[in-house]
Amino acid sequence: MVEKKGNLRELMTAMLRVGIVGYGGGPATMTLFRYEAVTRYQWLDDSEFAEILALANTLPGPMATKMAAYFGFRIGGWLGALLGVLAHILPSTLLVVLFFGIINHYRSYHAVRLMIAAVNPVISVLLGMLAYDFTRKSIQSLRWPAAFLGVLAALGCLLWLRIPDAVVVLAFLAFGALIGQTGKLSRWMDKSGSAKGGKDV
Amino acid sequence: MIGFFIANLLGYGGGPSSIPLMEAQIVNHYHWMSAGDFANVLAVANALPGPVATKIAAAVGYSKGGAVGALAALLATIVPSAIALIVMLRLVDKFRQSAVVKGMTRWILPVITVLMGILTWQVLETGARTLGWVQDLLIAAVSLFFIRFLKVHPAFVIVGAFLYGGFLLPHFSHVLS
Repeated sequence: MVEKKGNLRELMTAMLRVGIVGYGGGPATMTLFRYEAVTRYQWLDDSEFAEILALANTLPGPMATKMAAYFGFRIGGWLGALLGVLAHILPSTLLVVLFFGIINHYRSYHAVRLMIAAVNPVISVLLGMLAYDFTRKSIQSLRWPAAFLGVLAALGCLLWLRIPDAVVVLAFLAFGALIGQTGKLSRWMDKSGSAKGGKDV
Repeated sequence: MIGFFIANLLGYGGGPSSIPLMEAQIVNHYHWMSAGDFANVLAVANALPGPVATKIAAAVGYSKGGAVGALAALLATIVPSAIALIVMLRLVDKFRQSAVVKGMTRWILPVITVLMGILTWQVLETGARTLGWVQDLLIAAVSLFFIRFLKVHPAFVIVGAFLYGGFLLPHFSHVLS
């Protein structure tokens, strides 16, 4: 069972914050979700967050609302899911409906364009930190040659063969399931038996 | 509002990657808007913070059917995928102790690592297209310092970059050019 951590007020504050500052939509806001859920409120740990992210990636539909709904559900059931999503999307939804004309008028201004562009490097730093953390996580749960090959294979599939994200994620999940089943091969490649992987033995 | 339902059932990868699908449904299939109008909506949605897909859904829904339309479009966009994720993760939790799920959890990490790496580069490059590489990397370095070493909440750093870009950068670019 999912451990109950966090309360609805934390949830709404966190989702509101992500909804207000989350520029660039979808994947770029994942770093903000992680900051709230893992670093600040500690509803879950990094490897669980990675798992949720991976599964959310294989499912269709917008990322951010899926994540908001899931965190809400974990904390407060279906009501939590509803509140999480509402807190996340309400400010930007109202803005887009109310100020459509005004924003449309100003968006071509140089200063406004610079304003929006200046957020990009910050987001990329957040994403880079996340990539670094997941590299460390990979090495902690897989033996390093396996982790290295995994990263290489993922790079090849995504950048060189240009296979869609969701397909690559599904393929790795299937491979992991297969390896997990074969006890001996699994001990060769991951750290299920060693001290660091000890918690999930 | 079936169009939104379909676009989002098919829209893998979330946000930006589902935009072409939304456009196909809104402009080509249902003729709710012209391509030019849709481009305007997209530009405004990009200028505002918050998730992109829901902003587009709200704007198009509102223009077609007022508040009710906006609500219907939002529901069609959010509900199916949100429920699917919740159901799926509950299943995973049930079998958490099984070797199969553990194997999946381990092997997903390298893919997520690479996806994040690619995204990092793309976002950095998008910034450089408007700001130029010098400003782009400068802002990146300063925000890394604030977030990692001074442990400032990323939201404040984003607001800071926003203000810097809007109020200070326009003066710099006059000096430079």
